Amino acid sequence: MTDFVAALGQRTLFGLQGVGRAVLLMARLLAGVPAALRRPRLIIEQVYAVGVLSMVIIVVSSLFVGMVLALQGYYTLVDFGAAESVGTLVALSLVRELGPVVTALLFAGRAGSSLTAEVGLMKATEQLSSMEMMAVDPEKRILVPRFIASFVSVPLLAAVFSAVGVLGGYLVAVGMIGIDAGSFWSNMQASVTVRDDILNGVIKSVAFGFVAGWIALHKGYEAEPTSLGVSRATTMGVVHASLVVLGLDFLLTALMFD
Amino acid sequence: MLADSSPNETLVEARGLVFRRGSRAIFDGVDIDVQAGRVTAIMGPSGSGKTTLLRLIGGQLPPHAGSVRVEGHEISALSRPDLYRLRRRMGMLFQSGALFTDLSVFDNVAFPIREHTDLPEPLVRDLVLLKLQAVGLRGARSLMPSELSGGMARRVALARAITLDPVLVMYDEPFTGQDPITMGVLVTLIRRLNDLLGLTSIVVSHDVQETMAIADYVYVLADGRVIAHGTPDDLRDSSSEWVRQFLDATPDGPVPFHYPARSLEADLFDGEGL
Repeated sequence: MTDFVAALGQRTLFGLQGVGRAVLLMARLLAGVPAALRRPRLIIEQVYAVGVLSMVIIVVSSLFVGMVLALQGYYTLVDFGAAESVGTLVALSLVRELGPVVTALLFAGRAGSSLTAEVGLMKATEQLSSMEMMAVDPEKRILVPRFIASFVSVPLLAAVFSAVGVLGGYLVAVGMIGIDAGSFWSNMQASVTVRDDILNGVIKSVAFGFVAGWIALHKGYEAEPTSLGVSRATTMGVVHASLVVLGLDFLLTALMFD
Repeated sequence: MLADSSPNETLVEARGLVFRRGSRAIFDGVDIDVQAGRVTAIMGPSGSGKTTLLRLIGGQLPPHAGSVRVEGHEISALSRPDLYRLRRRMGMLFQSGALFTDLSVFDNVAFPIREHTDLPEPLVRDLVLLKLQAVGLRGARSLMPSELSGGMARRVALARAITLDPVLVMYDEPFTGQDPITMGVLVTLIRRLNDLLGLTSIVVSHDVQETMAIADYVYVLADGRVIAHGTPDDLRDSSSEWVRQFLDATPDGPVPFHYPARSLEADLFDGEGL
């Protein structure tokens, strides 16, 4: 029993220390942002790596999500004689929730895992140490540009996700089910507002990009410098980022749509 | 601000150095002097803390007690900007080479110049080509690290380590895993670069013959302390059991063949599980 309590206490302390180190890293990353903005080339390279290269998975996923939303929405709404509102349902679901959240989850899986593995392997192969010995701060040179790229890319990817998702919904609702195109677009236009829906969605996606990038980089930077350590860090990075994104989504939704 | 050191003096000085990993003492009161302009070798069996010593000198690890001074500056007392300023005067060759895998040979060597100076690209190009010429790899400038052999990667890393014309270059196991030709090239390069560029070199290695051939002074570490030091000739004449075991490569001696454990009989007949 004593051993169990001691082990539990040790794990708790270890966990809290990890959170503390992650928060300190976040503070250092934020402090490094102004200096990094003076070297935009490094940020652009990373926006390409984590953002542009994630476009295919975002576009394909959002097309199917939009199509499924339209189908499911139609099956429910038609019972109430409100099938014309399917455009509204698709747009609000995407802009408010699915756009930011699914984009962040896909980002954590595709780009976040790549960031964790990249930084972890740089650590394992002493590239970060060699950078330090060349008097170059790896946090500023490697981590900060990737961090900025994350919270720049996720809102842009979320916008693409929502736009393509709406297009997918349109293809199903108008092309397959036969709902009037005018009703589809006009209902959507009448019910989606810039401030309450689009702006809140953008705020969410910035927050999710911030969290996904931060957790991915923290896990890579803290990874044990072995193949097992990097593999474990990559897995934990995706799991933790996904869970935090979902939890944060609930919190933000409760605050925004009160 | 950091001041320059005078030549012909002790460039690196460790006094009463203590460093532990958990409860295990890696160093327990180590004193080392590295004279400017010399090649100083740090030798010892695996696990004797040779690489750790380089990290302590470079300020990547703080000592638990004692001091490490480089050019008269107490490393653990330096602010981060001052430590980084001092590191610009150091070069380090890592065991793996530690080349940036996403950059070509040319860009790897150019990296420190581009990070620390605003030199125009034509000048960067000339400087990089000169450094690559010094290690015999000017013709390999367009290759990626994945296209290099282990020996070539270390030579590129060496070119990168001397790019900013440091006063001190530290070599972490430069000969490990190299074929005889590459080893010969590296041995010659370390000695020649030290003499031609007026460097001070610290070579950490357990390759006895190669290291003794180029070192001016040798420290042998074992069991957390310096067990012998002197010129290579002094060590060859040493009667110390530690030194003899290390230089003659005998499997058992003060450094035991067996990792500490209870008796084999107890393990075989009494024990259960692992």
